[in-house]
Amino acid sequence: MHARADAPAEQADWPEDIFAILRRFDVRQVPYVPDAGHSQLIKRVLASSNMRGIPLTTEEEGVALLAGAWAGGQRGVLLMQSSGVGNCINMLSLTQIFRFPFLTLVTMRGEWGEFNPWQVPMGSSTQGVFELSGVRVLRATHPGEVREVMEAAASQAYNACTATAVLLSQRLIGTKVFVK
Amino acid sequence: MSKANLLDRRAVVKSLLADRKDALVVGGLGATTYDLAAAGDHARNFSLWGAMGGAVMIGLGLALAQPKLPVVVITGDGEMLMGMGSLATVGLQKPANLTIVVLDNECYGETGGQVSHTQAAADLVGVAKACGIEDSRTLQTMGEIEAYAKGLQDITAGPRFANVKIDSTEAERVLSNRDGMFIITRFRGALGFPPI
Repeated sequence: MHARADAPAEQADWPEDIFAILRRFDVRQVPYVPDAGHSQLIKRVLASSNMRGIPLTTEEEGVALLAGAWAGGQRGVLLMQSSGVGNCINMLSLTQIFRFPFLTLVTMRGEWGEFNPWQVPMGSSTQGVFELSGVRVLRATHPGEVREVMEAAASQAYNACTATAVLLSQRLIGTKVFVK
Repeated sequence: MSKANLLDRRAVVKSLLADRKDALVVGGLGATTYDLAAAGDHARNFSLWGAMGGAVMIGLGLALAQPKLPVVVITGDGEMLMGMGSLATVGLQKPANLTIVVLDNECYGETGGQVSHTQAAADLVGVAKACGIEDSRTLQTMGEIEAYAKGLQDITAGPRFANVKIDSTEAERVLSNRDGMFIITRFRGALGFPPI
């Protein structure tokens, strides 16, 4: 088990793998509610000239935004933390109604050495919520498998219009440290 | 409970869209979807039958993807209240081609006319302005609506927000298409995107 601070000082390779794949699939709109686990990727998106990072007030906004983006001819990806998945439930209807290429990358809390009990209920039901809502779930647990999992997720989301969530496990992103 | 100084929702929407040209129009869940249908079926209409609270965000995604086309979201006060945070998101992105029009009858007409927050307290124009949508205003006459309809075509001066107090009398239901795959495939087709 490794630990992380809120803003990791050293660069990890796997967020770079994600960014490269998103760029290759011509992803243009990147709505997000920030999470420490996504911080490196969010920085890359905000610095990118062909992706637009779009901060949200709540995660379901991102589902609706991506439906509109697709109607207008652009692909997107929603970045959020596991606690935000519950906020999306009704809006996820759009993925079944419009069968648009929905991809979301979810950093997991409430597992793998979690300190904060308030993260556990939603973290425990994240995968089930997605599956009940018709979203396919893939998971990456180790840095070395992120590229392969992302490649598969982006392919099925953008090529087959199959709503897909990638869970980036807490083991991968590092357990948040509250008390040293 | 018709009040003389309130506008007729069908007349408002018809006037807003009378000379819509290439505009893309999102209709929020509820009676605004019927208003949109009553104004005439159109391939560039994106009507919602669910996803309450999502109309403005769908409009934002569209507006960012199609910056050279006017995008107009027409929704009701109840739907807008549920997605009020999206006004802050729009205020941050400032898409110059996006216009949001709320038809405010101060109640939930679809569900029995229960009063909404705008009847006594919530000021949506104030909210939109405070969220950074500088051109936020109330429209009170059909003359103002007609002038506003021309302004929608200006894709350099948005985002805009307008609240229109309308008569809460329920209009006859005019049903739009409700098959999502039909709606989005036709809509994308009108923009030149083929099915996958």
